[in-house]
Amino acid sequence: MALEEDQKPPVARKSRLIVRLGSFLVSHSFLVSVISCVAGCIALLMLPVLAKNTYVSENALMPGSANPIFSNYHVLEANRLVKDIYDKRLLEDTTGVEIVRLIRKHMEDVGAEVYYHTFNSHDIQFHPLHFFSSNLHSAALQNSSGCNLNCVCPVGIIRAPRGDGKESIVLVTPYNSENIKLNEALSLGLAYSVFSLLSRVEWLAKDIIWLAADSRCGEYASVASWLKDYHNPVFSSDSGKIGLDMCYENNIFHGEDQTTFDGGDYDDFRRAGTMAAAIVLKVVDNERNDGDRLDIYAEASNGQMPNLDLVNIVHYLAVHRHGLHVKVGSFGFLLRSALLRYLGEMLQRVTRLIQSLNPGWKVGINSIDFIEGTATLASSVYSQALGVPTGPHGAFRDFQIDAITMELSPRTSLTNENGISIFLLRGGRLVEGVIRSANNLLEKFHQSFFLYFLTAPDKFVSVGVYMIPFALLLTPLPVTAAALFSRSAAPRAKPSTSESWNWLHSAKLVFIVHAWALGVSLLPYPISKIPRTSPTTSMLAWVTLSLFLLLTLYPFVGNSNPRAGDYRWEIQKSVIISGRINRPEPHVNHQFLNCSDWINAACSNVPYC
Amino acid sequence: MATNRPRCPTAAFLLLLLLLYSENALHPTLASIEEGERREEFTEELLLKPLPDRKVLAHFHFQSSAPPSAANGRHHYIFPKAIAQLVRKFQIRELELSFTQGRWNYERWGGFDPVSIPNAKPTGVELWATFDVPLNEIDYTWKNLTHALSGLFCSSINFLESSAAYSTPSWGFHSNYSNLRYGALPREAVCTENLTPWLKLLPCRDKAGIASLLDRPSIYKSHYHSQRLKLISSKLVGIILEQTLSVVLQPSLRRNSPVSFNAGSLQPSWSVNSLFGKKVTGHCVLAKVSRIYFELEKKLASKVDELNPLNSWNNSVLELLEVPSREFRELDASNNPGSSLLYEFEVSISNESAPLNIGIHWKLPLIWSCPHAPFRVSRYLMGSGNERGSIAISLQSTQLHEWFLTTSDGCAVHVVIFQVVPWYVKVYYHTMHIFIDGKAHIISDVVRKIQISPSEDKLSPGSMELMLSLPCNIHSATIIVDFDKGFLHIDEYPPDANQGFDIPSALVTFPDFYLSRKYQLDDSMQYKSTLLSKFQESNSAKRYTEVLLVPLTTPDFSMPYNVITFTCTVLALYFGSMLNVLRRRVGQEERLSKSKGTSIF
Repeated sequence: MALEEDQKPPVARKSRLIVRLGSFLVSHSFLVSVISCVAGCIALLMLPVLAKNTYVSENALMPGSANPIFSNYHVLEANRLVKDIYDKRLLEDTTGVEIVRLIRKHMEDVGAEVYYHTFNSHDIQFHPLHFFSSNLHSAALQNSSGCNLNCVCPVGIIRAPRGDGKESIVLVTPYNSENIKLNEALSLGLAYSVFSLLSRVEWLAKDIIWLAADSRCGEYASVASWLKDYHNPVFSSDSGKIGLDMCYENNIFHGEDQTTFDGGDYDDFRRAGTMAAAIVLKVVDNERNDGDRLDIYAEASNGQMPNLDLVNIVHYLAVHRHGLHVKVGSFGFLLRSALLRYLGEMLQRVTRLIQSLNPGWKVGINSIDFIEGTATLASSVYSQALGVPTGPHGAFRDFQIDAITMELSPRTSLTNENGISIFLLRGGRLVEGVIRSANNLLEKFHQSFFLYFLTAPDKFVSVGVYMIPFALLLTPLPVTAAALFSRSAAPRAKPSTSESWNWLHSAKLVFIVHAWALGVSLLPYPISKIPRTSPTTSMLAWVTLSLFLLLTLYPFVGNSNPRAGDYRWEIQKSVIISGRINRPEPHVNHQFLNCSDWINAACSNVPYC
Repeated sequence: MATNRPRCPTAAFLLLLLLLYSENALHPTLASIEEGERREEFTEELLLKPLPDRKVLAHFHFQSSAPPSAANGRHHYIFPKAIAQLVRKFQIRELELSFTQGRWNYERWGGFDPVSIPNAKPTGVELWATFDVPLNEIDYTWKNLTHALSGLFCSSINFLESSAAYSTPSWGFHSNYSNLRYGALPREAVCTENLTPWLKLLPCRDKAGIASLLDRPSIYKSHYHSQRLKLISSKLVGIILEQTLSVVLQPSLRRNSPVSFNAGSLQPSWSVNSLFGKKVTGHCVLAKVSRIYFELEKKLASKVDELNPLNSWNNSVLELLEVPSREFRELDASNNPGSSLLYEFEVSISNESAPLNIGIHWKLPLIWSCPHAPFRVSRYLMGSGNERGSIAISLQSTQLHEWFLTTSDGCAVHVVIFQVVPWYVKVYYHTMHIFIDGKAHIISDVVRKIQISPSEDKLSPGSMELMLSLPCNIHSATIIVDFDKGFLHIDEYPPDANQGFDIPSALVTFPDFYLSRKYQLDDSMQYKSTLLSKFQESNSAKRYTEVLLVPLTTPDFSMPYNVITFTCTVLALYFGSMLNVLRRRVGQEERLSKSKGTSIF
């Protein structure tokens, strides 16, 4: 720095420090860009190392402070329901009405208020995030003849004794009523046994809602549709009911007076106050038999995350109380990556070297931990950047409800009764513990982080840390833009009038590209309205329409003075780069890379090639 | 003895009773006491009722009355002095205070009978009062009253003092009152510290009589308990103090056996001993009436009647553990015996050696339902986010009520809604929409009468009184009002602000539906029962809605520190640059640099 200053002419010394610093950065823009890019990449790679251990921030949660009540008796109850469901499935397997009715009967038997939430898969609203992913409900649409369009979710509500009914906790079990599998039956059994336990406990302060979501219309869609109805008035004269009556002629869903102990049990939508937390419970068959496992999925739409405390209590209870292996989503291919292994070993060696220099420094990086952390972090970053929720819990976050998907998988095969009983006991105790913790909480989840990446189930990178590499990676943009502008302005000290308005042309070009990007990003909605389209055809339609749009817009670009080609590009680049920085984004991880960003990036990269 | 008067009249009276047994002296004093005793009355009654969902309702009813003018100055024999002073000081005409925990389940425990409706109260504390003071003094009197009650019942009723906490309904809560004040604290926790001062108002406290059943653990383990105090005072009848405690209990079962709600399982058998862990061993000697009633609901009793049993209390379906001393049948509208049954047990015949253990033993599983209100009412919040939302009140017609069957097609049913909303929930009443059976209707077609007092920030809550006239044959009606969420000053947030803020229960009244129940009584017997005469009073059916929890924007309470540091930095930067600009002389500098430039080149 001092050296640079000495080389400058004396006039420059007159100007102020900040200007001198700025002009220094601009004049060495390439160096600055390279340095900050490299530093950013290094910081990004170091994120798994910088991750902190999670801790339960809210003291009121008190996870695991009470002994679980869930016992073998409840496991028997769960097993009984699983067996019942299986028997029903063998009896008749076409409509799934029997299973729906069975769940309702079980809910009623524990004294819950029950109703059916019915919805039409036509009602499912378009969601841009699911445009290209082939979702389940489109499959249901194709094979249906009118009846299957109605998805039926039995919902049971336990009113907390002595509770004031202001808050509730939701338990969701997705299942396919038409073709129920053993793992879905197990998750229903598990949820039922927890539900029946909760109907008898005295400590309950919040109501419990059990939603058996019909996954024929898509797990996410059925939960989202129920939530939408929960937060909007539902009129009993809606179309859904009529269709239901048509399909089930014997009027299964009404009547049946002998099971309801109060004659006026109406099948209208019931609510239970503000939802405090939601748990989606799934049981999956695990191929790798290395102990009972729990997978946590937390990412909701647009990179929103539930409060870290919810993840923490699930992890704490699962690991420290019930001895489950907890995993969060990670990229398997990264675990086998040779480059990462090499990097990890390098880091390990470096830290060992540092440690040998001064044993007082406590820096210990294990290469295996590093690789796993990187793989998990990459998956976490990927799902937050993509913005597609990783499960039905994503629907809750749209209503500011903290939700999480717990995917339990047993060590043994699902048919091994002994192994399953132990697994159910653990799972039930875990769910009971999580609900009890959420029930303990007087306030809503607010103590811990909402913006974080997970590098392991018990390690996280908070927003304060991961902002550093992002800031470093973004620094080159303003510097390069300023450099380009000053370079293009410098040689033409006295530009002619026509040339001085050149930036207008660049701005027009940028505007047209933006307009095209806007059109392209709006296209999926009208395409989705076309009936009977598979994801592939809609994708093709999207691509062709986008190209068509580009061709129609191209004449507007016009060609200007070909002589000033290089100069024009420079201005163009500076306009684009500065435009990209100026876009206000609240949080970097919410910065969903939409089309216009890609186009911008492509445009700014073209001249480099 | 008589000259050296002790402070507490009750104690003096008890002492004198002792003297009465020991020696036959002091005749003139006793005579005056007997006179006082005749005029001040106390009755204790308990109603037990099995509920359709395997629970039991125990409704305690204590009533004390004092004559209009105290014969002995400010002293009373039975009537609690604290209450008499309260009435005298604040010129109370009517007052009702309730402490409730849990929710009354209108569908399962009864939404249309004279026992449940006056005793189904909103969660927390509810207080309303009318005064006999000039209009401009009412607010002042109310404030003092809240403090007095707060001290008397060890609760935070004094929070109702601030004008932002109470409202003045004109017709929505009770029929035309201009001097009524109404306040509710939905978050108030109710516990034994509120019960003890309440029991102190009883002449025998919980030492003898029916009140001795009030075992704290079993009361506070109940699914619902509401402790109520009602005062009526007038020049003609004097002061009447009505104290009721309604408890819904779950009869205990064998350990770990589930309460099964399915059709085939037997109702749990129970007795007073199994519910409260105590037996009735005699009455309160000061009570004029001391009885326990056992009620079989209409539909239950008619199911029993279908079996044509020899007697209705010991048959193939059920058996009462004690032999009732009397049995009443309800009289229906045309004074014919209906089916609802009431058994009476005299408490005075019981003693330590022969305690009264009233209960029921079920022999066959039986399912019945309770009387339903004409409409199911639910209130809920719509929308999400921290900026705005809507309150929806939805009425679902049960269509089961006999009133609908008797009326013609073109009839209209009236519904009165009274709702108080705290000021930080800024309700826009012009956004009110009414949907009947899913179709939007014009407000003026449906609303008969409306009175709205919009909220004033930090001064008064918004209250809405609405009388709707709905066609009889509707299935559902929904009223939606939008609101904005306001901001509070950082000092105004309560502890645990992140829980959200409560909107107290709204009250929905059905003025067309009257609750009153008459029993076949022998007129010759001069049968007197305060509980049964309460049943005969005709009240309109009403229903409280749920309490709503509105999440408001809450500041991060550690934020002030961050804000202070941040603003300090900004201010420092601002002042620095400002001073720099002010003291720099641009023209001079330019001239200087120019002169230098010319000198160089």
